Amino acid sequence: MPLTMEFDIKAGDFVLAGEASSKIKDTLKKLGVKPEILKKVAIVSYEAEMNIVIHSVGGVLKAIISKDKIEIIAEDRGPGIENIELAMMEGYSTAPEEIRNLGFGAGMGLPNMKKYSDYFEIESQKGSGTRVYMVVLNK
Amino acid sequence: MKLSKIKELLRCKVFFEPQELSEEEFLNACGSDLMSDVLAFVKEKVILLTGLVNPQVIRTAEMMDIKAVIIVRGKQPSEEMVKLAREKCIALYSTDFPMFQACGILYENGLGKEGC
Repeated sequence: MPLTMEFDIKAGDFVLAGEASSKIKDTLKKLGVKPEILKKVAIVSYEAEMNIVIHSVGGVLKAIISKDKIEIIAEDRGPGIENIELAMMEGYSTAPEEIRNLGFGAGMGLPNMKKYSDYFEIESQKGSGTRVYMVVLNK
Repeated sequence: MKLSKIKELLRCKVFFEPQELSEEEFLNACGSDLMSDVLAFVKEKVILLTGLVNPQVIRTAEMMDIKAVIIVRGKQPSEEMVKLAREKCIALYSTDFPMFQACGILYENGLGKEGC
């Protein structure tokens, strides 16, 4: 039976941002997942969580932990991405200045998520939500 | 390079320091104000130098197993940042040196020269 963890992520809450990823990481550590796998999951879940905090009106971060893989799913309630191809380009960002001042919004989030996951899928439509599905193999 | 040596070279002010870290060896440093760049810097036994002073710096360090953070240009960490560092057991210092010089001093003294 896979272990599922689910967290509500609030938009704009920069104090709590990262707490869900931290809990996922701690759980994986306790389960004895190898450090290199742990780091990949931490990177992709934290970037996904920050994206919900920065760009959405709120959403959910989910981790499904099985023996052979860890699935990370980030779903938000909008406003959606107009041009996914453009959003996937390194350096492209729609983040406002105050987000950049926090050290984010440099257009590296989605490319980092793709780079560090073994499987990456993104669905989004302008006006509705965005869903990112990532798999990190545990081997 | 031991953390105690890094602290001495950069004349660091201590905001939080887990005792067991002082004699810990570090092999490299990442100097950046871009947390996504830090998240793309996958190396072991790394310290982070940054000009940013918000809790996301500590969160990023936590995700990357970075055990020590040095704030450059004499900036003061926010209260939330110190609190989170304490909670996550991540050493937090500041130095008056600007980023370029701080990185230069550590590199000149051998940190990150072993191609790790």
